[in-house]
Amino acid sequence: MAELTYRGAVAHGIAQEMERDDRVYFIGEDVAAAGGVFKTTGGLLERFGPERVRDTPISEEAIVGLVMGAAMTGLRPIGELMFSDFLATCWDIVANQIAKTRYMTDGQVELPLVLRTANGGGLRFGAQHSQSLENWAMAIPGLKVVAPSTPTDVVGLLAASVRDPDPVVFFEHKGLYAAKEDVPEGEIVDELGTAKIRREGDDLTIVALAAMVPRALEAAELLAAEHGISATVIDVRSLVPLDTRTILDSVRHTTRLATVEENPRLCGWGAEIVSIVAEECIWSLDGPVVRITTPHIPLPSASALEDLAIPSVNKIVESVTKMMV
Amino acid sequence: MPTTEQLLSMYERMLLIRRMEERLSADYAAGKLPGAVHLYIGQEAVAVGVCAQLTDRDWITSTHRGHGHFLAKGGDPKAMMAEIWGKRTGICRGMGGSMHVADLSKGILGANGIVAGGIAIATGAAFGARLDGDGRVAVAFFGDGAANQGVFMETLNVSTLWGLPVVFLCEYNHFCEFTPSETVTAGQISDRARAFGMPCAVVDGNDVVEVWRAAGEAVERARGGGGPSFIEAKTYRIQGHLEAEAVILDGKYREEAEIEEWRRRDPIDRLREHLSAAGACDDDGFAEIESRVSGAVEEAAAFAAEGEPADPELAFDLMFVGQRP
Ligand SMILES: Cc1ncc(C[n+]2csc(CCOP(=O)(O)OP(=O)(O)O)c2C)c(N)n1
Repeated sequence: MAELTYRGAVAHGIAQEMERDDRVYFIGEDVAAAGGVFKTTGGLLERFGPERVRDTPISEEAIVGLVMGAAMTGLRPIGELMFSDFLATCWDIVANQIAKTRYMTDGQVELPLVLRTANGGGLRFGAQHSQSLENWAMAIPGLKVVAPSTPTDVVGLLAASVRDPDPVVFFEHKGLYAAKEDVPEGEIVDELGTAKIRREGDDLTIVALAAMVPRALEAAELLAAEHGISATVIDVRSLVPLDTRTILDSVRHTTRLATVEENPRLCGWGAEIVSIVAEECIWSLDGPVVRITTPHIPLPSASALEDLAIPSVNKIVESVTKMMV
Repeated sequence: MPTTEQLLSMYERMLLIRRMEERLSADYAAGKLPGAVHLYIGQEAVAVGVCAQLTDRDWITSTHRGHGHFLAKGGDPKAMMAEIWGKRTGICRGMGGSMHVADLSKGILGANGIVAGGIAIATGAAFGARLDGDGRVAVAFFGDGAANQGVFMETLNVSTLWGLPVVFLCEYNHFCEFTPSETVTAGQISDRARAFGMPCAVVDGNDVVEVWRAAGEAVERARGGGGPSFIEAKTYRIQGHLEAEAVILDGKYREEAEIEEWRRRDPIDRLREHLSAAGACDDDGFAEIESRVSGAVEEAAAFAAEGEPADPELAFDLMFVGQRP
């Protein structure tokens, strides 16, 4: 066991895969010499050299296109988009090209690539640097979508993403980069499409993703201590593919469901989960489901307003106690 | 050549930008400012030389490094400072923050969090001006890094084709964040504009008179129906990419000696020497300007500090025109 931050886990995970497979390479803006603006990729240039770890111009379409073309022709590249908001500047290549090419060519090509990006709010960066865009990626058939909440999961899910034969959009949460944890020694490889139960309870199932997971866990402790409510907390981890079994099994047991989503409300991933629960096990429910989300607004830059918008521990406790009466 | 009065006015405006940003730097270090703050120190001659050729009716678009453009175009220092502090007295009432200062009444269409985000917007404003036939001109300020975005090529093409009254103002400040510009830029950026047959000028961006002259020609050409122009101003970013730089970076990407060399070419010092040599201003005169400027900075800082935090209601009121969601 060694203590690792979420930020350190990124370089650790990339290094693990680059060490294993020399077809893995890594490009992005300020990722090599500077080690990443979030300090996530330090040391990779020194370790793997400038051929495999490269700084690019500020050209997101080129970054994503380079990654795509290289993947189509046999490499297993990782590209970084510094902030997930910048997905919008290269969305054609992501949504029209990467997501559809294997399908349209009858599987003649595979696209084993990973687009890593820093997602989410809380850092007062304003509306163009704070979005939670996992639901954008989830809306495009052909993309796998992963969003880890712990350092161990960063390493394991990144490895699984690199080894996956399909394109994966890998959302790191910039509010989690400082989080620490003891991570097992040796190679870590996880599995896409698997959720994790982070806390077991009997009264309600709370489903959360990325930075909302630690908040949901903290809320669950408060709910137990102050309100006698025992909650299961599920970390979704992978939106596509989605581990519906773990979620449905839990809801069948607890009979109540709340989702905690950082994405703006309309078409958030929680709506999809709620609709699956409604289709598969509505008769197991003992009350209305609740979606706790950021309101459907761009994120204001002012601190107090940003805090008000993103679901907080208090907001989760409040919403759950209200739904449980 | 600008008149003595014009030179003095440009001097005072450059000094105002410098002192405002020195104050912001100190306030950031003291932990008073939220979010990301990118300073313009060292580049003041560009914004001021260009905006001295514009009226309030002309348009500008700016970048993440937008305080200088905002003040040069006549934006209110108090309202800008309060915006950066996230106060309801800010120019955007705290909704935008440092990277999104805008004042339509002064023709400031906005700073921008997306690199190259303003280039097409300025071209669109020029399109509007052309349709209105009202003689307005639009200037797009952007960095050398932004010139590597595809939208630059698209707007060079369409603005030339349609003869739009837009000036592309590229500030070559030698860095794309922590990456030296020459390592991510092929050829001369001005040659890209030249390829479209656009009139081009490459000027010393630390010489306000040279900037003023080139901008004057370009603005006159645009107003007279002569179409777009491109200006590249060679300058240097003295401060870090953003104020958190020292915390973000482990290594260094430039030598102190290089910064020192550019400090010796400080645009404000150079104009001061020029004014002294020409007998246009003496030490008393400069002291008077300095005290007026520091009065304005003090006033702005006090105004920002005293302001109420942003208004939570605004988060919803702003969503659509005259309609709450
Ligand atoms: C589309 C996009 N990509 C990347 C970034 C992150 N970023 C912010 S500023 C910057 C460097 C910009 O360089 P340049 O355009 O030369 O302007 P300068 O910072 O030198 O003023 C980068 C890469 C961004 N904001 N937008």
